[in-house]
Amino acid sequence: MDFKGSDTLPGPRCEDALPSSAAAAVKIVVVGGFGVGKTTLVGSVSEIRPLTTEETMTRAGVGVDDVAGVERKTETTVAMDFGRISIDERLVLYLFGTPGQERFWFLWNGLFDGALGAVVLVDTRRLEVSFDVIGRLEDRGVPFVVAVNTFPGAPRYPVEELRTALDLPDYVPLVECDARDRSSSRDVLMALMRYLHSLTVTPEPQ
Amino acid sequence: MSGPAQDWEENSPERLYVITGGRSGTSEQDALDLVTLVVSRSEPQPGAQPEHTAIVRMCHYPLSVAEISAYLRLPASAVTVLLADLLADGRVEARAPIPAASLPDAELLEAVMHGLQRL
Ligand SMILES: Nc1nc2c(ncn2[C@@H]2O[C@H](COP(=O)(O)OP(=O)(O)O)[C@@H](O)[C@H]2O)c(=O)[nH]1
Ligand SMILES: [Mg+2]
Repeated sequence: MDFKGSDTLPGPRCEDALPSSAAAAVKIVVVGGFGVGKTTLVGSVSEIRPLTTEETMTRAGVGVDDVAGVERKTETTVAMDFGRISIDERLVLYLFGTPGQERFWFLWNGLFDGALGAVVLVDTRRLEVSFDVIGRLEDRGVPFVVAVNTFPGAPRYPVEELRTALDLPDYVPLVECDARDRSSSRDVLMALMRYLHSLTVTPEPQ
Repeated sequence: MSGPAQDWEENSPERLYVITGGRSGTSEQDALDLVTLVVSRSEPQPGAQPEHTAIVRMCHYPLSVAEISAYLRLPASAVTVLLADLLADGRVEARAPIPAASLPDAELLEAVMHGLQRL
């Protein structure tokens, strides 16, 4: 068999195999604009090197040469990086990084179905993307926390100022992180889990 | 042996059409999530489509649909079509994800927190 000209069969390296006992998985979605550090965050907590899954979207081109009356189709391929954390012998957690811009929302249907919740990753130099993402998650009823990935030279705001700027309700956790750091990224996931746990006791105010 | 689609532009609509036989959106396929775990139940069938063979081989240990998609470099939507065939033939089994209905249950969340703390 010849897959992309490589001599090796496609599949995980031996050390990346899950135990046969792995019975079920759960997922968390990390969402944010390009370059905000999604892949970095996923990679720093993942037990496997982050992998990429692609989805293609076909849609009618808008405003392009339809002189001949032929509807032009454009193909958009969107890559999602993901990683994996084995929770115990039976349970596996997957983390997906997905772009936040509206034109990629077509990916969200399958992705958010059954997801535990989401991390909205924010770069203070570009808050705009976060507004749309937060609104969209609220509309879908997906619980989320917001993590500010601190880049050198990026403006630093007091957390409460950011909360106001993002128009974020009080009950939604807002944390700072360094996506390159394993424990910092782990803490973001912990913040999400604690928040989700609190919701099992006190449902989110509507 | 060479795959029928190897010379084609990677993931061109034509290549995907050939691999999936132009099928999409079946109900078996819809039941497969990105994190459904797939495990082989048998050896690959001699003469099977290369993509089917590859899936059966790589799923000796459990692998998610997303991982299969990554290793085969095929969109998840094409992978689920192939998996529906293999499931129908009993060549693989699918282990459904834990549905987080509207709210995941506290015990599940505690298990995840436990696992994360060990990182
Ligand atoms: N200084 C700094 N750089 C970061 C941090 N997180 C990510 N980067 C860098 O920012 C770039 C984009 O990150 P990436 O994870 O690919 O972003 P993505 O597009 O959201 O997946 C990469 O070059 C990273 O090394 C961070 O916390 N601090
Ligand atoms: Mg990325």
